[in-house]
Amino acid sequence: MEWEAVIGLEIHVQLDTRSKIFSGASTKFGAEPNSQACPVDLGLPGVLPVVNAEVFKKAVAFGLGIGAEIGYRSVFDRKNYFYPDLPKGYQITQLQFPIVLGGQVEIALPDGTAKTIGVTRAHLEEDAGKSVHEDFHGMSGIDLNRAGTPLLEVVSEPDMRSAEEAVAYAKYIHQLVCYLDVSDGEMSQGSMRCDANVSIRPKGQTTLGTRTETKNVNSFRFLQRAINFEIARQIDVLEAGDSVLQDTLLYDPALDQTRPMRSKETATDYRYFPEPDLLPVVIDAAYVESIRSQLPELPHAKVSRFTAQYGLSKVDATILAAERPLADYFEQAAEICGDATLTANWVRVELTGQLNRENLAITESAVSAVQLGQLLLRIKDETISGKIAKDVFDAIWQGQGSADEIIAAKGLQQITNTVAIGPIVDEIIANNPKQVEQFRAGREKVLGFFIGQVMQATEGKANPKQVNEIVREKLKQ
Amino acid sequence: MHTKSITELLAALQGGEFSAHELTSHFLDRIRSLDPHYNSFITLLEEDALQAAFRSDQRRAKGEAPLLSGIPIVHKDIFCTQGIRTTCGSRMLHDFIAPYDATVVEKLNQAGVIVLGKSNMDEFAMGSSNETSHYGNVHNPWDLERVPGGSSGGSAVAVAARLCAAATGTDTGGSIRQPASLCGITGLKPTYGRISRWGMVAYASSLDQAGSLTRSAEDAALMLSVMAGHDPRDSTSIAAHVPHYTAELDSEVKGLRIGLCREYFEDGLDASVAACVQEGIAELEKLGATISEVSLANIKHAIPAYYVIAPAECSANLSRFDGVRYGYRCDDPDSLEDLYKRSRSEGFGREVKRRIMVGTFALSAGYYDAYYRKAQQIRRLIKNDFSSAFDSVDILVGPTAPAPAFKIGEKSEDQIAMYLQDIFTIACNLAGLPAASIPVGFVDGLPVGMQLIGNYLDEATILRVAHQFQLQTDWHGRVPATAA
Repeated sequence: MEWEAVIGLEIHVQLDTRSKIFSGASTKFGAEPNSQACPVDLGLPGVLPVVNAEVFKKAVAFGLGIGAEIGYRSVFDRKNYFYPDLPKGYQITQLQFPIVLGGQVEIALPDGTAKTIGVTRAHLEEDAGKSVHEDFHGMSGIDLNRAGTPLLEVVSEPDMRSAEEAVAYAKYIHQLVCYLDVSDGEMSQGSMRCDANVSIRPKGQTTLGTRTETKNVNSFRFLQRAINFEIARQIDVLEAGDSVLQDTLLYDPALDQTRPMRSKETATDYRYFPEPDLLPVVIDAAYVESIRSQLPELPHAKVSRFTAQYGLSKVDATILAAERPLADYFEQAAEICGDATLTANWVRVELTGQLNRENLAITESAVSAVQLGQLLLRIKDETISGKIAKDVFDAIWQGQGSADEIIAAKGLQQITNTVAIGPIVDEIIANNPKQVEQFRAGREKVLGFFIGQVMQATEGKANPKQVNEIVREKLKQ
Repeated sequence: MHTKSITELLAALQGGEFSAHELTSHFLDRIRSLDPHYNSFITLLEEDALQAAFRSDQRRAKGEAPLLSGIPIVHKDIFCTQGIRTTCGSRMLHDFIAPYDATVVEKLNQAGVIVLGKSNMDEFAMGSSNETSHYGNVHNPWDLERVPGGSSGGSAVAVAARLCAAATGTDTGGSIRQPASLCGITGLKPTYGRISRWGMVAYASSLDQAGSLTRSAEDAALMLSVMAGHDPRDSTSIAAHVPHYTAELDSEVKGLRIGLCREYFEDGLDASVAACVQEGIAELEKLGATISEVSLANIKHAIPAYYVIAPAECSANLSRFDGVRYGYRCDDPDSLEDLYKRSRSEGFGREVKRRIMVGTFALSAGYYDAYYRKAQQIRRLIKNDFSSAFDSVDILVGPTAPAPAFKIGEKSEDQIAMYLQDIFTIACNLAGLPAASIPVGFVDGLPVGMQLIGNYLDEATILRVAHQFQLQTDWHGRVPATAA
């Protein structure tokens, strides 16, 4: 039988705010355990939550970014369950009246077509702390630094039909939240975690099969593997004549398989009710409009503009628009040198290569967009060759100064006048009569030998185009 | 010294009649000699209080005397006090020391009060007799075999027995007004949101309200003027102007429209208590108030609604007491579940566990609509009833408690009878309205209280009516024989 997978994702996005959603404690990653947990985060008696207004700005920006309806009156609820890393014994979240309702995103499929994925809702909630099971001699440690970190939980419709589509959707959400400064997108620090709801059904059937939920997958690679594993597992179960159980699962990357969570890690009844410590949050149209007016250009729009405005290929435009800082870098450099194609190549090849070698983000680049633009300008005006430019790029990277300073200090200007190149060519022709014979006998390839000799003699500084012309002219004499 | 009102004490301190140190020592002496009869304190702060009094005198000598400078008070042990344990009447928090002051504590400290100690209370404020405290029963100074009411029983007794000048309390369903009524003092529960809940251990967040227990309405006005005000740390606190309460006490009551809630005089009210309250109303009429009858048709649903909403909220509020981070932890847990089960089973008393169970049930899937949602609908109806009533009257007057203080142990096995103690007070919490109880007479030597219910944020009218009444009567000035 041919099977079809039905996949929906719940993505928890950590919002990039300085302080927590309901307290003034810092959200910075990597601090000493429990050093960033104030009485509110610790759930001490008598403390009260106060909403950080910043989380609403970010949630509304996200909602506008996916064309959603904004919840003008959103209500926080308590979700009750006991777990040691949940200090209050309940999580403050939004159940019935979330801040973002509906919306959709378009993803590109590998075959080049586009597909629209529906977003059901996105709601604000607080993150829990972390249980640490190693290093405590059979006991568990609790780190509450993360407790109270603001999360936006983005719930998709079950619109995806393969692990690839799910990953493409997750990647787009990641790109979007980074574009909107909603999140820092640091997957390795848990800034984005996915729960995958997976079911299968015979192809052509319209009703849904029993789904499982694989929780807390924190990389795109694991997401793909977890979903593929789960699809294959469910097919095996059904083809063996058994039924899929509606389970909550964990993906184990080491074993590359999913396994059911212990029942203690799940609860059947969360006993939601409205959080009495917080009033409903009411926002107005003016607030939403002020956020809309500050929205940056979104990824799809940027790709379209890059192809139209700069004549870039869709592939180049997509790569350059992947991250806002990279796109901004490209545009700034291109404007200085006036050649978008040249800039696109340099950013994609030289710059990205160097960043990858040193494992740096674009924002950490040792060569600024202005510096690269000025360097490329010198290729454009033929002060240096592309080959020499690579050496200059390395020198800028090492902090030796701007392109012009390095070119001047090292005397790297191309030798562009005939008067300077002529005598060198004459000398080489005189010293290589055999090759001259060969050329004159019709062996055009020998031309390369002469050009190489000239370039060597000028330490690469001669303008290759000019050398070509002069050599050709003099050999014909 | 101990019979003086706050106003009189402030004048005496300012006039050099006695020092804050002398005043504090006097109250501490009384507590040491008398409180063994009452058990109204959980924690006594003798050293801290004397030092604070000493500093208060020094500051006064330098001309620094904030509003309540040198006035010895007591905090209900539900308010967190930095560096001093806060038990909330529970074994669960026997050793809990908060690293912060409640806003109420902070504001009163800034106003210069001397804190003598922390008062006994029903465990987590759940009870109407102070019998659910882990720290023992509190005895009513008018009859030591009787309860003081609850949950702010310790605060009520400390004020009634003149062991302090005033006390703080909290009122979720009547926990200030009912003990005030049973102990013959003045108890004020302001509008929900008038006083910050920051640092006040939560029982039922949408109903909990801090207030005061005092000898008189005038003292209550002084306390409220310090305690009231918006607090950015409490999202439910109201950003409204705080009037000059003491300045408004002297306006006369003439022409004031008083409403009598018909339903308050029907079922469940002791006839002798009804007679006292009627006399009190007649007194107000003599002062020129006009009396009319109003109906609050849905008030009969108040107790059932309350006993869904309050337990529901408490079931979540008390989840944090899990033995993991602070508070009581059972010995040698063999698993996480065992840790939870035994810490909570051993750390909480029966009434607390009963309400957690009721609340957990009411919020369960499949029951939410039938209980919690229905209770919230009733709550709205009760609010609407009050709103309509306040279209035609300025204040509502009625009984506070259905009967005078009952004997210790008399109702502790009968929850329904105990819950009916709050039949006249609970509706105000559901509606969020301000209300006070003031002494209005005695039945068989036991005090009886009259309840005054005001419109939203109109504590000033309540206090004014109470003060004008107290200028004509001396019920509030009577001292129990055990405290003489």
